[in-house]
Amino acid sequence: MVEGIIGRKVGMTRVFDDQGRALPVTVIQAGPCVVTFVKTRERDGYEGVQLGFEESRKLKRPERGHLKGLPQLRHLREVKAPSIEGVERGQTVDASIFKPGDKVDVIGTSKGRGFAGVVKRHGFGGGPKTHGQSDRWRAPGSIGSGTDPGKIWKGQRMAGQMGNERVTVKGLEVVRVDPERSLLLVRGAVPGAAGGLLVVEKSDRAGR
Amino acid sequence: MSQQLLGSVTESQLRSDVPDVEPGDTVRVHTKVVEGSRERIQVFEGVVLARRGSGTGETFTVRRIASHAIGVERTFPLHSPRIDRVEIVRRAKVRRAKLYYLRNLRGKAARLKERR
Repeated sequence: MVEGIIGRKVGMTRVFDDQGRALPVTVIQAGPCVVTFVKTRERDGYEGVQLGFEESRKLKRPERGHLKGLPQLRHLREVKAPSIEGVERGQTVDASIFKPGDKVDVIGTSKGRGFAGVVKRHGFGGGPKTHGQSDRWRAPGSIGSGTDPGKIWKGQRMAGQMGNERVTVKGLEVVRVDPERSLLLVRGAVPGAAGGLLVVEKSDRAGR
Repeated sequence: MSQQLLGSVTESQLRSDVPDVEPGDTVRVHTKVVEGSRERIQVFEGVVLARRGSGTGETFTVRRIASHAIGVERTFPLHSPRIDRVEIVRRAKVRRAKLYYLRNLRGKAARLKERR
């Protein structure tokens, strides 16, 4: 049983549910994916399923070898599979593994914000803008004590790279599934820009 | 491409019977309200101040002068299934798309000239 799929974020819109409420949803182009590799306990020490998504003509020879007899797939990801029983290499996985009402976790890469200051990155208040202050609007303020302890504690929040990292959003509700067009409508926002690669998996959470 | 896809997802949700509400119209919006287990129709009458958005997100804002001359505004999703129907009572001649200036006017000054 495969409980995950690779997809792309299409964008957000709103739809009405059966009670007439407007729900914010993210549209995900989910699959169709092909099972490219099945990991077994004997060989790999654990059980797992690797899926491939989107064809490409530019694969390198080792990748072509790995995908021998299968379509040339660009993106390979290992997804959640509680058991590998009945899962075979070459088998197709599409959006129909989900149904409306399911809770899913969505994994993606967040939008990169570059080297961000402390106000944007950690929500600091910055300094005063007036009363004779200069160059202190977005400064972090004090970052530690004095001679004792004589150092800055590890983990002190400072400026640095923000975004462009793997982010998981848990417990989102599936609103609609369209296996024909491989579309998944998920309630709420999902990491990354439109067009970004995502992995959608069934959630262990009851949902929010 | 992706915008087209987004549009096609919500296409089936659009109502075909949307009334052509325009800014300046005086309308009666009949909305379905759920009270406990019963559903009934509630009417909200006022002047349309604005229409904004597109697709399933399109909305219109209605301003009503309630008792004690208190202005009450409600924004309805144009395609909401909760809207039973929209009656157009009167149309007015207006020269802009957003009539937010009406908020600062009261009584006689807030009248609009009827269109015919």
